[in-house]
Amino acid sequence: MIRIDSVTKRYPDGTVAVDRLSLDIPDRAITVFVGPSGCGKTTTLRMINRMIEPSEGTILIDGKDILKEPVNTLRRSMGYVIQNAGLFQHRTIIDNIATVPRLLGWDKARARDRARELMGRVGLDPALAKRYPYQLSGGQQQRVGVARALAADPPVLLMDEPFSAVDPIVRKGLQDELLRIQDELGKTIVFVTHDIDEAVKIGTKVAVMRTGGRLAQFAPPAELLTDPADAFVEDFLGADRGIRRLSFFPAAGLPLLTTPVVAVDATAEQIAARATPDVPYLLVTGLDGRPLGWGEPHTLTAGRIDPARLIGHGRPFEHATESLRAALDCAVLSPTGWAVAVGADGRVTGVVSQQTVAEAIRSAHAAAPADEKAAR
Amino acid sequence: MSGLFEIPSDLQNTYWGLVVLHLRLALVPVAAGLLVALPLAQLCVRLRWLYPPVLWVTTVLYAVPSLAFFVVLIDYTGQTETTVMIPLAVYSLVVFVPALVDGVRSVPQETMDAATAMGLGPLRRYLQVQLPIAAPAIIAGLRVATVSSISLVSVGMLIGNQGGLGNLLNDGMIYHQPRLIWLSVIGTAVLAIAADAALVVLRTVLTPWMPRGRSAARPAPAEARPEPAAPVLKDAAR
Repeated sequence: MIRIDSVTKRYPDGTVAVDRLSLDIPDRAITVFVGPSGCGKTTTLRMINRMIEPSEGTILIDGKDILKEPVNTLRRSMGYVIQNAGLFQHRTIIDNIATVPRLLGWDKARARDRARELMGRVGLDPALAKRYPYQLSGGQQQRVGVARALAADPPVLLMDEPFSAVDPIVRKGLQDELLRIQDELGKTIVFVTHDIDEAVKIGTKVAVMRTGGRLAQFAPPAELLTDPADAFVEDFLGADRGIRRLSFFPAAGLPLLTTPVVAVDATAEQIAARATPDVPYLLVTGLDGRPLGWGEPHTLTAGRIDPARLIGHGRPFEHATESLRAALDCAVLSPTGWAVAVGADGRVTGVVSQQTVAEAIRSAHAAAPADEKAAR
Repeated sequence: MSGLFEIPSDLQNTYWGLVVLHLRLALVPVAAGLLVALPLAQLCVRLRWLYPPVLWVTTVLYAVPSLAFFVVLIDYTGQTETTVMIPLAVYSLVVFVPALVDGVRSVPQETMDAATAMGLGPLRRYLQVQLPIAAPAIIAGLRVATVSSISLVSVGMLIGNQGGLGNLLNDGMIYHQPRLIWLSVIGTAVLAIAADAALVVLRTVLTPWMPRGRSAARPAPAEARPEPAAPVLKDAAR
């Protein structure tokens, strides 16, 4: 555990970057520092590896004061990932990744083997090993940055706005990749960002900081969205925090209707049997079980339904793995107001109406406080 | 044909001997200048206030004519090669100091931060990160300093045939032999061009990591994302 104990950073000109900050960063979890620029989040991160020394207070790692350890030993025990990756442009990808192992005295062959292994882990093509950074895209460079930070298998990973400089699609890929790597490796990650959506997405716990270097709230993301500590946090979270909070409720509990679903080769009897007064549309699936579209029962020609004449079904959601947010989104975007649920194989498992999603949201909210504590 | 490169016996040397001498007189000061400039420039990078005065002093020294240097130095070092080399080394500083300072400053802050954060101490950062990345700027400075030094060496003839190929200029005038003057001028120019070309080759060899020409324009390979469909589905689940 990293304990930040009433740490203040004051610069000679009197500016206070961090003001009496105290918090415990849990092991094997992602702790995100988020806040507007000038809130001291990067300063806090840099005090953990002593790139900046605190003016007051102490930082303890597993009970040991970081000031007592030789500075370069401390730094080599922490991976560091930075915006724009900060790669060594004069070294090949593989030598970039092998930097810290080489500093720790590993021989060249072992360090390179380790670097190759990490390239696979962060999703980099091994053919890039001998390339130079300028030959890589921004997203690939950032992956190299992550691999380099992980090279000596440090217990702690410090990440300073690592994904801010890449485009949104690549950023999303990198975030998913980080979560996957974290599932495998279980590092203690301290992550700085100014993007609250990123914080909520990847953080196990989120520390919201305000200008002047003070901690506004330190809580798991779901709690942050449900119960912001004050107007600043609420404002920083943005207007649609209610919708975003739905990301934390699984869709798996939604009751699905399987009646209004027919296959593309359905007979007249099947169509008639499945059309009920309370369901105005029938979902037509292909012979492979995947959704084709919606149709009103009287427009469907028995035995040879024409997929081209169906109403689009919008994006389906995966019932077992996705959240209420996804289900609601699908229902809202569906032209018929019904969302299509599918299994991992893409086959339709049922349909659900906006009303049913709304009821599920109400009951999830009612049960939430207890659940959230249990989940964390 | 052998007559073309024949030179007067008072020079006590062959043409090729003079070429070698010329190169030594020109290149040793450049090397010495670089050795002095390296720590000086690093000081200027670390102590920002020092850079303007250092730049000012090197510029003023550059403005001092070599003859004036000779007059002062001859009392200490005599009519020797050293007397010729010292001003040349001093002149090279006006090129090297800014080239090194700009080169080292051109290293992106992120790169330096990353190096520091990975536990590279100041010496390692200088030798393993700053100098290699500054190499193109250093070599650009080296090219200017080398070419100018090769051309300046000729004045050494004024203190008694210490000017390499420049010595032929004096003999050419004394003996009314334009051939000797051509040998001197063309020889000096060829040396300068050859030295410059060698440094260009050196830069290419030392900096395979530089984007250059067509390869820089080539688009980087598409971002490789494993499981292209998975992230879309995973998004909302988080």
